[in-house]
Amino acid sequence: MIKEKKIIQNGHLGIVQEQAFTFDALKLESGEKFGPVTLAYETYGVLNKERSNAILITHALSGDAHAAGVHAGQDNPGWWDEFIGPGKAFDTDRYFIICSNVLGGCKGSTGPSSINPKTGKPYALDFPLITINDIVNAQKNLIDHLGIEKLLSVVGGSMGGQQVLSWLVNYPGSLRSAVPIATTIKHSPQQIAFNEVGRQSIMADSHWKSGNYYDGAAPTKGLAVARMIGHITYMSDKSMAEKFGRAKKDAGEPFKFTADFEVEGYLRYRGDNFVKRFDANSYLYITKAMDNFDATAKRPLQEILQGSSVKVLVISFKSDWLYPAYQSKEIVKACKLAEVETTYCEIDSTYGHDAFLLEVQEESHLIKHFLKKVFYAYEVTGEYGA
Amino acid sequence: MARKNIQLDHAVILDLVNPQSTVLDLGCGNGDLLYLLIKEKKARGQGIEIDDQAIYKCVAKGLNVFHGDVDSGLAEFNDKSFDYVILNQSMQQILHVDKVLSDALRVGKKVIVGFPNFAYYKSRLQIFFRGKSPVTESLPYQWYETPNLHFLSILDFKKYCRTKNITIERQVCIGEKHQIPFLRNLFAQVGIFLISK
Repeated sequence: MIKEKKIIQNGHLGIVQEQAFTFDALKLESGEKFGPVTLAYETYGVLNKERSNAILITHALSGDAHAAGVHAGQDNPGWWDEFIGPGKAFDTDRYFIICSNVLGGCKGSTGPSSINPKTGKPYALDFPLITINDIVNAQKNLIDHLGIEKLLSVVGGSMGGQQVLSWLVNYPGSLRSAVPIATTIKHSPQQIAFNEVGRQSIMADSHWKSGNYYDGAAPTKGLAVARMIGHITYMSDKSMAEKFGRAKKDAGEPFKFTADFEVEGYLRYRGDNFVKRFDANSYLYITKAMDNFDATAKRPLQEILQGSSVKVLVISFKSDWLYPAYQSKEIVKACKLAEVETTYCEIDSTYGHDAFLLEVQEESHLIKHFLKKVFYAYEVTGEYGA
Repeated sequence: MARKNIQLDHAVILDLVNPQSTVLDLGCGNGDLLYLLIKEKKARGQGIEIDDQAIYKCVAKGLNVFHGDVDSGLAEFNDKSFDYVILNQSMQQILHVDKVLSDALRVGKKVIVGFPNFAYYKSRLQIFFRGKSPVTESLPYQWYETPNLHFLSILDFKKYCRTKNITIERQVCIGEKHQIPFLRNLFAQVGIFLISK
Protein backbone atom coordinates (compact mmCIF):
# COMPACT_ATOMS: atom_id res chain seq x y z
CA MET A 1 0.00 0.00 0.00
CA ILE A 2 2.73 2.43 0.99
CA LYS A 3 5.63 1.05 -0.97
CA GLU A 4 4.90 2.40 -4.38
CA LYS A 5 7.97 3.81 -6.04
CA LYS A 6 7.18 7.05 -7.80
CA ILE A 7 8.49 7.97 -11.21
CA ILE A 8 11.55 10.13 -10.71
CA GLN A 9 12.84 12.47 -13.38
CA ASN A 10 15.46 15.21 -12.96
CA GLY A 11 14.87 15.76 -9.26
CA HIS A 12 11.11 15.96 -9.78
CA LEU A 13 8.65 13.52 -8.37
CA GLY A 14 6.70 13.12 -11.58
CA ILE A 15 3.15 11.82 -11.40
CA VAL A 16 1.69 11.49 -7.91
CA GLN A 17 -1.68 10.24 -6.77
CA GLU A 18 -4.06 11.33 -4.08
CA GLN A 19 -5.30 8.68 -1.67
CA ALA A 20 -8.03 8.66 0.93
CA PHE A 21 -8.42 7.20 4.40
CA THR A 22 -11.77 7.01 6.19
CA PHE A 23 -12.38 6.26 9.83
CA ASP A 24 -15.60 5.99 11.80
CA ALA A 25 -15.46 8.80 14.30
CA LEU A 26 -13.32 11.46 15.88
CA LYS A 27 -13.84 12.77 19.38
CA LEU A 28 -13.64 16.53 19.00
CA GLU A 29 -12.22 18.88 21.61
CA SER A 30 -15.73 20.16 22.18
CA GLY A 31 -16.63 16.66 23.41
CA GLU A 32 -18.78 15.94 20.37
CA LYS A 33 -18.24 12.70 18.46
CA PHE A 34 -18.05 13.34 14.75
CA GLY A 35 -17.85 10.93 11.87
CA PRO A 36 -17.24 9.37 9.52
CA VAL A 37 -14.08 11.31 8.69
CA THR A 38 -12.20 11.04 5.41
CA LEU A 39 -8.71 12.47 4.98
CA ALA A 40 -7.25 12.97 1.52
CA TYR A 41 -3.49 12.48 1.53
CA GLU A 42 -0.47 12.03 -0.68
CA THR A 43 2.82 10.29 0.03
CA TYR A 44 6.19 10.63 -1.66
CA GLY A 45 9.23 8.38 -1.26
CA VAL A 46 9.31 4.98 0.41
CA LEU A 47 8.73 4.09 4.06
CA ASN A 48 11.80 2.19 5.27
CA LYS A 49 11.71 -1.19 7.04
CA GLU A 50 12.23 0.39 10.47
CA ARG A 51 9.44 2.91 9.72
CA SER A 52 11.76 5.63 10.98
CA ASN A 53 11.92 7.96 7.98
CA ALA A 54 8.37 9.34 7.88
CA ILE A 55 7.84 13.10 7.81
CA LEU A 56 4.43 14.73 8.07
CA ILE A 57 4.03 18.02 6.23
CA THR A 58 1.15 20.18 7.41
CA HIS A 59 -0.38 22.74 5.08
CA ALA A 60 -1.44 26.35 5.54
CA LEU A 61 -4.94 27.88 5.33
CA SER A 62 -5.51 27.46 1.59
CA GLY A 63 -3.24 24.44 1.06
CA ASP A 64 -4.13 20.83 0.39
CA ALA A 65 -2.70 17.31 0.30
CA HIS A 66 -1.05 17.94 -3.05
CA ALA A 67 2.33 19.18 -1.78
CA ALA A 68 4.58 17.94 -4.59
CA GLY A 69 4.72 16.31 -7.99
CA VAL A 70 1.93 16.58 -10.55
CA HIS A 71 -1.38 14.81 -10.95
CA ALA A 72 -1.84 12.73 -14.10
CA GLY A 73 -2.98 14.87 -17.02
CA GLN A 74 -2.26 18.16 -15.21
CA ASP A 75 0.79 20.36 -15.17
CA ASN A 76 0.53 22.39 -11.94
CA PRO A 77 2.95 21.05 -9.32
CA GLY A 78 2.12 20.76 -5.61
CA TRP A 79 2.34 23.79 -3.33
CA TRP A 80 5.77 22.90 -1.86
CA ASP A 81 7.16 21.12 -4.92
CA GLU A 82 10.47 22.99 -4.81
CA PHE A 83 11.14 21.55 -1.37
CA ILE A 84 10.07 17.93 -1.90
CA GLY A 85 11.73 15.46 -4.26
CA PRO A 86 14.95 13.54 -4.87
CA GLY A 87 17.89 15.55 -3.49
CA LYS A 88 15.68 18.39 -2.26
CA ALA A 89 15.18 19.57 1.35
CA PHE A 90 12.69 16.76 1.89
CA ASP A 91 14.76 14.21 0.02
CA THR A 92 12.41 11.50 -1.22
CA ASP A 93 15.41 9.21 -1.74
CA ARG A 94 15.78 9.16 2.07
CA TYR A 95 12.45 10.08 3.55
CA PHE A 96 8.81 9.07 3.31
CA ILE A 97 6.74 12.25 3.08
CA ILE A 98 3.07 12.47 4.01
CA CYS A 99 0.77 15.42 3.47
CA SER A 100 -2.97 15.36 4.17
CA ASN A 101 -5.76 17.85 3.62
CA VAL A 102 -7.01 19.19 6.96
CA LEU A 103 -10.27 18.21 8.59
CA GLY A 104 -12.71 20.98 7.67
CA GLY A 105 -11.01 21.47 4.31
CA CYS A 106 -12.51 21.22 0.85
CA LYS A 107 -9.86 19.30 -1.08
CA GLY A 108 -10.89 15.71 -0.44
CA SER A 109 -11.07 15.68 3.36
CA THR A 110 -14.33 15.88 5.29
CA GLY A 111 -15.47 19.48 5.64
CA PRO A 112 -18.60 21.64 5.54
CA SER A 113 -19.03 21.00 1.80
CA SER A 114 -18.99 17.20 2.31
CA ILE A 115 -22.24 15.22 2.23
CA ASN A 116 -23.71 14.60 5.67
CA PRO A 117 -24.65 10.88 5.54
CA LYS A 118 -27.60 11.54 7.84
CA THR A 119 -29.28 14.06 5.52
CA GLY A 120 -27.76 13.29 2.14
CA LYS A 121 -26.95 17.01 1.81
CA PRO A 122 -23.78 19.03 2.45
CA TYR A 123 -23.15 19.70 6.14
CA ALA A 124 -22.89 23.47 5.67
CA LEU A 125 -23.17 25.00 9.16
CA ASP A 126 -24.18 21.66 10.67
CA PHE A 127 -20.48 20.90 10.45
CA PRO A 128 -19.10 21.07 14.00
CA LEU A 129 -16.77 23.83 15.15
CA ILE A 130 -13.32 22.26 14.84
CA THR A 131 -9.96 23.19 16.34
CA ILE A 132 -6.34 22.86 15.26
CA ASN A 133 -6.05 20.05 17.83
CA ASP A 134 -8.98 18.25 16.15
CA ILE A 135 -7.20 18.60 12.80
CA VAL A 136 -4.08 17.07 14.35
CA ASN A 137 -6.01 14.29 16.10
CA ALA A 138 -7.45 13.32 12.73
CA GLN A 139 -3.91 13.29 11.26
CA LYS A 140 -2.79 11.05 14.12
CA ASN A 141 -5.39 8.50 13.01
CA LEU A 142 -3.91 8.57 9.51
CA ILE A 143 -0.34 8.19 10.82
CA ASP A 144 -1.44 5.21 12.97
CA HIS A 145 -3.20 3.74 9.95
CA LEU A 146 0.04 4.00 7.94
CA GLY A 147 1.75 1.98 10.72
CA ILE A 148 4.07 4.78 11.83
CA GLU A 149 4.73 4.86 15.55
CA LYS A 150 7.15 7.75 15.59
CA LEU A 151 7.46 10.46 12.96
CA LEU A 152 10.93 11.67 12.06
CA SER A 153 9.51 15.16 11.89
CA VAL A 154 6.40 17.28 11.56
CA VAL A 155 6.98 20.37 9.42
CA GLY A 156 4.72 23.23 8.40
CA GLY A 157 4.42 26.98 7.90
CA SER A 158 1.75 29.44 9.09
CA MET A 159 -1.34 27.38 10.02
CA GLY A 160 0.83 24.37 9.23
CA GLY A 161 3.14 25.62 11.99
CA GLN A 162 0.19 25.76 14.40
CA GLN A 163 -0.39 22.08 13.63
CA VAL A 164 3.30 21.37 14.28
CA LEU A 165 2.96 23.00 17.72
CA SER A 166 -0.22 21.03 18.36
CA TRP A 167 1.67 17.79 17.56
CA LEU A 168 4.41 18.86 19.98
CA VAL A 169 1.91 19.57 22.72
CA ASN A 170 -0.41 16.61 22.21
CA TYR A 171 1.90 13.86 20.93
CA PRO A 172 5.43 14.71 22.14
CA GLY A 173 6.30 11.01 22.20
CA SER A 174 5.26 10.47 18.59
CA LEU A 175 7.82 12.68 16.91
CA ARG A 176 11.59 13.00 16.94
CA SER A 177 11.67 16.57 15.71
CA ALA A 178 9.48 19.53 14.85
CA VAL A 179 9.88 22.41 12.42
CA PRO A 180 7.40 25.25 13.05
CA ILE A 181 7.84 27.91 10.35
CA ALA A 182 6.50 31.50 10.33
CA THR A 183 3.95 30.66 12.97
CA THR A 184 2.76 31.48 16.46
CA ILE A 185 1.83 29.91 19.78
CA LYS A 186 -1.42 31.88 19.57
CA HIS A 187 -2.89 34.50 17.24
CA SER A 188 -2.49 38.16 18.17
CA PRO A 189 -5.52 40.48 18.01
CA GLN A 190 -4.15 41.76 14.68
CA GLN A 191 -4.16 38.27 13.17
CA ILE A 192 -7.67 37.59 14.47
CA ALA A 193 -8.80 40.95 13.09
CA PHE A 194 -7.63 40.20 9.55
CA ASN A 195 -9.34 36.80 9.65
CA GLU A 196 -12.54 38.39 10.94
CA VAL A 197 -12.63 40.86 8.05
CA GLY A 198 -12.31 37.88 5.69
CA ARG A 199 -15.17 36.08 7.41
CA GLN A 200 -17.39 39.18 7.45
CA SER A 201 -16.76 39.61 3.75
CA ILE A 202 -18.04 36.07 3.06
CA MET A 203 -21.04 36.39 5.35
CA ALA A 204 -21.96 39.77 3.86
CA ASP A 205 -22.31 38.18 0.41
CA SER A 206 -26.04 37.67 -0.24
CA HIS A 207 -25.26 34.28 -1.78
CA TRP A 208 -23.88 32.97 1.50
CA LYS A 209 -27.39 32.32 2.94
CA SER A 210 -26.14 31.26 6.36
CA GLY A 211 -23.94 28.71 4.69
CA ASN A 212 -26.69 26.99 2.66
CA TYR A 213 -25.51 27.89 -0.82
CA TYR A 214 -24.50 24.49 -2.16
CA ASP A 215 -27.55 24.10 -4.44
CA GLY A 216 -27.16 27.57 -5.96
CA ALA A 217 -24.65 30.34 -6.55
CA ALA A 218 -21.76 30.37 -4.08
CA PRO A 219 -20.67 33.53 -2.22
CA THR A 220 -17.78 33.95 -4.60
CA LYS A 221 -17.55 37.76 -4.30
CA GLY A 222 -17.23 37.56 -0.54
CA LEU A 223 -14.69 34.76 -0.68
CA ALA A 224 -12.68 36.59 -3.35
CA VAL A 225 -12.48 39.72 -1.18
CA ALA A 226 -11.43 37.58 1.80
CA ARG A 227 -8.65 36.15 -0.33
CA MET A 228 -7.60 39.62 -1.52
CA ILE A 229 -7.23 40.76 2.10
CA GLY A 230 -5.28 37.59 2.79
CA HIS A 231 -2.89 38.25 -0.08
CA ILE A 232 -2.17 41.76 1.16
CA THR A 233 -1.16 40.36 4.55
CA TYR A 234 1.02 37.66 2.96
CA MET A 235 3.17 40.20 1.12
CA SER A 236 5.36 43.04 2.34
CA ASP A 237 5.41 46.72 1.44
CA LYS A 238 8.69 46.07 -0.33
CA SER A 239 7.65 42.93 -2.22
CA MET A 240 4.52 44.73 -3.47
CA ALA A 241 6.55 47.75 -4.56
CA GLU A 242 8.97 45.47 -6.39
CA LYS A 243 6.27 43.36 -8.01
CA PHE A 244 3.82 46.10 -9.06
CA GLY A 245 5.16 49.56 -8.34
CA ARG A 246 2.48 52.03 -9.40
CA ALA A 247 2.26 50.54 -12.86
CA LYS A 248 -1.12 50.85 -14.56
CA LYS A 249 -2.79 48.06 -16.44
CA ASP A 250 -4.44 49.90 -19.31
CA ALA A 251 -4.34 53.66 -19.59
CA GLY A 252 -6.84 53.79 -22.47
CA GLU A 253 -10.02 52.91 -20.59
CA PRO A 254 -12.29 55.61 -19.17
CA PHE A 255 -12.39 55.82 -15.36
CA LYS A 256 -15.06 53.48 -13.96
CA PHE A 257 -13.39 52.05 -10.83
CA THR A 258 -11.96 49.27 -12.92
CA ALA A 259 -8.65 47.72 -11.95
CA ASP A 260 -6.31 50.54 -12.98
CA PHE A 261 -3.20 49.59 -11.10
CA GLU A 262 -1.32 46.36 -11.61
CA VAL A 263 -1.74 45.53 -7.94
CA GLU A 264 -5.52 45.82 -8.24
CA GLY A 265 -5.55 43.51 -11.22
CA TYR A 266 -3.37 41.04 -9.40
CA LEU A 267 -5.58 40.96 -6.30
CA ARG A 268 -8.74 40.54 -8.41
CA TYR A 269 -7.08 37.75 -10.37
CA ARG A 270 -5.98 35.94 -7.18
CA GLY A 271 -9.41 36.41 -5.64
CA ASP A 272 -11.28 35.15 -8.71
CA ASN A 273 -8.97 32.16 -9.03
CA PHE A 274 -9.32 31.22 -5.39
CA VAL A 275 -13.09 30.84 -5.52
CA LYS A 276 -12.73 28.15 -8.18
CA ARG A 277 -10.83 25.94 -5.79
CA PHE A 278 -11.97 26.85 -2.29
CA ASP A 279 -15.19 26.57 -0.31
CA ALA A 280 -16.36 29.67 1.58
CA ASN A 281 -17.62 27.69 4.59
CA SER A 282 -14.26 25.89 4.86
CA TYR A 283 -12.64 29.33 4.95
CA LEU A 284 -14.89 30.31 7.87
CA TYR A 285 -14.28 27.11 9.84
CA ILE A 286 -10.54 26.94 9.29
CA THR A 287 -9.80 30.60 10.05
CA LYS A 288 -11.83 30.23 13.26
CA ALA A 289 -9.75 27.19 14.22
CA MET A 290 -6.58 29.25 13.65
CA ASP A 291 -7.87 32.13 15.80
CA ASN A 292 -8.93 29.84 18.65
CA PHE A 293 -5.62 27.94 18.73
CA ASP A 294 -3.40 28.41 21.76
CA ALA A 295 -0.57 25.91 22.20
CA THR A 296 -0.28 27.00 25.83
CA ALA A 297 -3.99 26.59 26.64
CA LYS A 298 -3.39 23.68 29.01
CA ARG A 299 0.17 24.28 30.22
CA PRO A 300 3.11 26.57 29.37
CA LEU A 301 5.03 25.25 26.36
CA GLN A 302 8.31 25.00 28.28
CA GLU A 303 6.64 22.77 30.85
CA ILE A 304 5.35 20.43 28.14
CA LEU A 305 8.76 20.29 26.45
CA GLN A 306 10.70 19.77 29.70
CA GLY A 307 12.80 16.62 29.56
CA SER A 308 11.77 15.91 25.97
CA SER A 309 14.38 14.61 23.54
CA VAL A 310 12.61 16.22 20.57
CA LYS A 311 14.77 18.48 18.43
CA VAL A 312 13.31 21.73 17.15
CA LEU A 313 14.04 24.00 14.20
CA VAL A 314 12.20 27.33 14.29
CA ILE A 315 12.24 29.54 11.19
CA SER A 316 10.90 33.07 10.76
CA PHE A 317 11.26 35.72 8.03
CA LYS A 318 12.43 39.27 8.45
CA SER A 319 9.70 41.01 6.43
CA ASP A 320 6.82 38.82 7.69
CA TRP A 321 4.54 41.25 9.51
CA LEU A 322 1.57 38.87 9.69
CA TYR A 323 3.48 36.28 11.74
CA PRO A 324 6.33 38.49 12.98
CA ALA A 325 9.63 37.08 14.22
CA TYR A 326 8.81 37.90 17.84
CA GLN A 327 6.12 35.20 17.74
CA SER A 328 8.67 32.60 16.61
CA LYS A 329 11.01 33.82 19.33
CA GLU A 330 8.32 33.00 21.90
CA ILE A 331 8.53 29.38 20.73
CA VAL A 332 12.33 29.55 20.91
CA LYS A 333 12.14 30.97 24.44
CA ALA A 334 10.05 28.01 25.60
CA CYS A 335 12.59 25.63 24.01
CA LYS A 336 15.45 27.44 25.78
CA LEU A 337 13.75 27.19 29.16
CA ALA A 338 12.97 23.51 28.56
CA GLU A 339 16.59 22.94 27.50
CA VAL A 340 15.47 21.30 24.27
CA GLU A 341 17.99 21.15 21.40
CA THR A 342 16.89 24.01 19.19
CA THR A 343 17.99 25.97 16.17
CA TYR A 344 16.37 29.28 15.28
CA CYS A 345 16.93 31.35 12.17
CA GLU A 346 15.26 34.54 10.98
CA ILE A 347 15.78 34.38 7.23
CA ASP A 348 16.58 37.69 5.58
CA SER A 349 13.72 37.95 3.10
CA THR A 350 11.61 40.71 1.56
CA TYR A 351 8.69 38.43 0.58
CA GLY A 352 6.67 38.90 3.77
CA HIS A 353 4.69 35.93 5.11
CA ASP A 354 4.73 34.31 1.64
CA ALA A 355 8.48 33.79 2.15
CA PHE A 356 7.92 30.34 3.66
CA LEU A 357 6.75 29.21 0.21
CA LEU A 358 9.31 31.23 -1.76
CA GLU A 359 12.68 31.39 0.04
CA VAL A 360 13.71 28.04 -1.38
CA GLN A 361 17.48 28.24 -1.05
CA GLU A 362 17.93 29.32 2.58
CA GLU A 363 14.93 27.46 3.94
CA SER A 364 15.93 24.27 2.11
CA HIS A 365 19.45 24.51 3.49
CA LEU A 366 18.19 24.77 7.08
CA ILE A 367 15.61 22.00 6.73
CA LYS A 368 17.88 19.63 4.82
CA HIS A 369 20.74 19.70 7.34
CA PHE A 370 18.41 19.67 10.32
CA LEU A 371 16.59 16.57 9.06
CA LYS A 372 19.87 14.80 8.34
CA LYS A 373 21.03 15.47 11.87
CA VAL A 374 17.82 14.13 13.38
CA PHE A 375 17.62 11.16 11.03
CA TYR A 376 21.12 9.94 11.65
CA ALA A 377 20.73 10.62 15.39
CA TYR A 378 24.39 11.24 16.03
CA GLU A 379 26.19 14.08 17.60
CA VAL A 380 28.32 16.04 15.21
CA THR A 381 30.45 13.81 13.04
CA GLY A 382 30.90 16.01 10.01
CA GLU A 383 30.23 12.95 7.95
CA TYR A 384 26.47 12.89 7.94
CA GLY A 385 24.63 12.90 4.72
CA ALA A 386 27.23 10.67 3.08
CA MET B 1 48.37 20.82 23.80
CA ALA B 2 49.27 21.94 20.31
CA ARG B 3 46.94 20.11 17.95
CA LYS B 4 47.50 20.28 14.26
CA ASN B 5 45.23 22.51 12.22
CA ILE B 6 43.46 23.86 15.26
CA GLN B 7 43.63 27.55 16.05
CA LEU B 8 45.69 28.10 19.19
CA ASP B 9 42.87 29.82 21.10
CA HIS B 10 40.52 26.95 20.23
CA ALA B 11 43.10 24.42 21.45
CA VAL B 12 43.44 26.30 24.75
CA ILE B 13 39.66 26.38 25.26
CA LEU B 14 39.39 22.66 24.41
CA ASP B 15 41.80 21.97 27.26
CA LEU B 16 39.76 24.07 29.68
CA VAL B 17 36.50 22.16 29.07
CA ASN B 18 35.75 18.87 30.81
CA PRO B 19 34.47 16.03 28.62
CA GLN B 20 30.69 15.61 28.19
CA SER B 21 29.89 19.08 29.45
CA THR B 22 27.10 21.32 28.25
CA VAL B 23 28.39 24.41 26.48
CA LEU B 24 26.80 27.66 25.33
CA ASP B 25 28.95 29.56 22.84
CA LEU B 26 28.00 33.25 22.65
CA GLY B 27 28.91 34.68 19.27
CA CYS B 28 29.80 31.24 17.91
CA GLY B 29 30.51 32.51 14.38
CA ASN B 30 30.83 29.69 11.85
CA GLY B 31 30.71 27.18 14.69
CA ASP B 32 34.29 25.91 14.39
CA LEU B 33 34.93 25.95 18.15
CA LEU B 34 31.55 24.47 19.01
CA TYR B 35 32.08 21.74 16.45
CA LEU B 36 35.47 20.88 17.99
CA LEU B 37 34.03 20.80 21.49
CA ILE B 38 31.30 18.41 20.44
CA LYS B 39 33.60 16.22 18.38
CA GLU B 40 36.59 16.06 20.73
CA LYS B 41 34.99 16.57 24.12
CA LYS B 42 31.60 14.98 23.46
CA ALA B 43 30.09 18.23 24.67
CA ARG B 44 26.41 19.11 24.23
CA GLY B 45 26.62 22.41 22.45
CA GLN B 46 24.42 25.37 21.71
CA GLY B 47 25.45 28.54 19.91
CA ILE B 48 24.10 32.08 19.65
CA GLU B 49 25.05 34.09 16.59
CA ILE B 50 23.80 37.33 15.01
CA ASP B 51 25.02 36.81 11.42
CA ASP B 52 22.66 34.74 9.27
CA GLN B 53 25.35 33.54 6.87
CA ALA B 54 27.30 32.18 9.86
CA ILE B 55 24.11 30.44 11.04
CA TYR B 56 23.84 28.60 7.72
CA LYS B 57 27.42 27.36 8.18
CA CYS B 58 26.66 26.22 11.73
CA VAL B 59 23.57 24.34 10.57
CA ALA B 60 25.59 22.64 7.82
CA LYS B 61 27.86 21.34 10.59
CA GLY B 62 24.86 19.91 12.40
CA LEU B 63 25.04 22.44 15.24
CA ASN B 64 22.22 23.91 17.30
CA VAL B 65 22.29 27.67 17.07
CA PHE B 66 20.01 30.58 17.93
CA HIS B 67 19.85 33.56 15.62
CA GLY B 68 20.07 36.64 17.80
CA ASP B 69 22.32 39.09 19.58
CA VAL B 70 24.26 38.11 22.66
CA ASP B 71 23.07 41.14 24.60
CA SER B 72 19.46 39.96 24.73
CA GLY B 73 19.91 36.24 24.06
CA LEU B 74 21.08 35.24 27.53
CA ALA B 75 18.24 36.52 29.66
CA GLU B 76 15.89 33.68 28.71
CA PHE B 77 18.05 30.85 30.06
CA ASN B 78 17.59 29.32 33.49
CA ASP B 79 20.31 29.68 36.14
CA LYS B 80 23.22 27.27 35.71
CA SER B 81 21.72 25.61 32.64
CA PHE B 82 25.19 25.12 31.09
CA ASP B 83 28.50 23.86 32.50
CA TYR B 84 30.32 26.48 30.43
CA VAL B 85 29.33 29.70 28.75
CA ILE B 86 31.98 30.76 26.24
CA LEU B 87 32.66 34.26 24.94
CA ASN B 88 35.60 33.80 22.64
CA GLN B 89 36.58 36.94 20.74
CA SER B 90 33.05 38.24 21.16
CA MET B 91 33.16 40.06 24.53
CA GLN B 92 34.87 43.14 23.13
CA GLN B 93 32.06 43.51 20.56
CA ILE B 94 29.19 43.37 23.03
CA LEU B 95 27.45 46.61 23.95
CA HIS B 96 26.69 45.92 27.61
CA VAL B 97 29.64 43.77 28.63
CA ASP B 98 29.08 44.04 32.36
CA LYS B 99 25.46 42.91 32.07
CA VAL B 100 26.30 40.06 29.69
CA LEU B 101 29.18 38.80 31.84
CA SER B 102 27.07 38.75 34.99
CA ASP B 103 24.28 36.99 33.05
CA ALA B 104 26.81 34.51 31.61
CA LEU B 105 28.00 33.76 35.15
CA ARG B 106 24.38 33.19 36.15
CA VAL B 107 23.55 30.89 33.19
CA GLY B 108 26.86 29.00 33.20
CA LYS B 109 28.54 27.25 36.10
CA LYS B 110 31.77 28.54 34.61
CA VAL B 111 32.55 31.11 31.95
CA ILE B 112 35.40 31.12 29.46
CA VAL B 113 36.38 34.51 28.06
CA GLY B 114 38.91 35.07 25.28
CA PHE B 115 39.82 38.60 24.12
CA PRO B 116 42.59 40.51 22.34
CA ASN B 117 45.06 42.19 24.70
CA PHE B 118 45.19 45.91 24.01
CA ALA B 119 48.40 46.27 26.03
CA TYR B 120 50.35 43.95 23.71
CA TYR B 121 53.78 45.52 23.20
CA LYS B 122 53.31 46.11 19.47
CA SER B 123 50.16 48.10 20.21
CA ARG B 124 52.03 50.10 22.78
CA LEU B 125 54.84 50.81 20.33
CA GLN B 126 52.43 51.94 17.62
CA ILE B 127 50.70 54.36 19.97
CA PHE B 128 53.92 55.58 21.60
CA PHE B 129 56.24 55.98 18.64
CA ARG B 130 53.91 56.40 15.72
CA GLY B 131 51.06 58.14 17.50
CA LYS B 132 48.39 55.99 15.81
CA SER B 133 45.72 53.57 16.93
CA PRO B 134 47.25 50.10 16.94
CA VAL B 135 46.60 47.56 14.19
CA THR B 136 47.99 44.14 15.15
CA GLU B 137 47.40 40.45 14.41
CA SER B 138 44.80 40.19 17.16
CA LEU B 139 43.38 43.68 16.58
CA PRO B 140 43.50 43.75 12.79
CA TYR B 141 41.01 46.57 12.15
CA GLN B 142 41.36 50.22 11.24
CA TRP B 143 39.63 52.58 13.67
CA TYR B 144 36.81 53.29 11.20
CA GLU B 145 35.85 49.70 10.50
CA THR B 146 36.44 47.85 13.75
CA PRO B 147 33.56 45.80 15.20
CA ASN B 148 35.22 46.14 18.61
CA LEU B 149 33.48 48.42 21.07
CA HIS B 150 35.78 47.86 24.03
CA PHE B 151 39.56 47.86 24.27
CA LEU B 152 40.95 46.16 27.32
CA SER B 153 44.17 44.64 28.53
CA ILE B 154 44.81 41.46 30.46
CA LEU B 155 45.44 43.61 33.55
CA ASP B 156 42.14 45.43 33.02
CA PHE B 157 40.24 42.17 32.99
CA LYS B 158 41.96 40.87 36.12
CA LYS B 159 41.14 44.09 37.91
CA TYR B 160 37.52 43.82 36.73
CA CYS B 161 37.28 40.29 38.17
CA ARG B 162 38.70 41.50 41.49
CA THR B 163 36.19 44.36 41.68
CA LYS B 164 33.25 42.09 40.87
CA ASN B 165 34.33 39.24 43.15
CA ILE B 166 34.73 36.92 40.18
CA THR B 167 37.09 33.99 40.74
CA ILE B 168 39.75 33.47 38.08
CA GLU B 169 40.22 29.70 38.00
CA ARG B 170 42.70 29.57 35.14
CA GLN B 171 44.27 32.03 32.79
CA VAL B 172 46.17 31.23 29.62
CA CYS B 173 47.80 33.96 27.62
CA ILE B 174 48.93 33.30 24.10
CA GLY B 175 50.99 34.89 21.40
CA GLU B 176 50.88 33.94 17.77
CA LYS B 177 51.99 30.34 18.21
CA HIS B 178 52.77 29.77 21.88
CA GLN B 179 51.61 30.36 25.39
CA ILE B 180 53.19 33.37 27.06
CA PRO B 181 54.38 32.35 30.54
CA PHE B 182 55.63 35.71 31.83
CA LEU B 183 55.13 39.46 31.28
CA ARG B 184 51.80 38.45 29.82
CA ASN B 185 50.26 41.87 29.72
CA LEU B 186 53.16 42.95 27.54
CA PHE B 187 53.71 39.94 25.30
CA ALA B 188 50.33 38.17 25.00
CA GLN B 189 48.09 38.92 22.06
CA VAL B 190 45.13 37.08 23.51
CA GLY B 191 44.04 36.38 27.06
CA ILE B 192 41.82 33.40 27.83
CA PHE B 193 40.24 33.20 31.29
CA LEU B 194 38.22 30.52 33.03
CA ILE B 195 36.11 32.34 35.59
CA SER B 196 33.29 31.56 38.00
CA LYS B 197 31.25 33.21 40.71
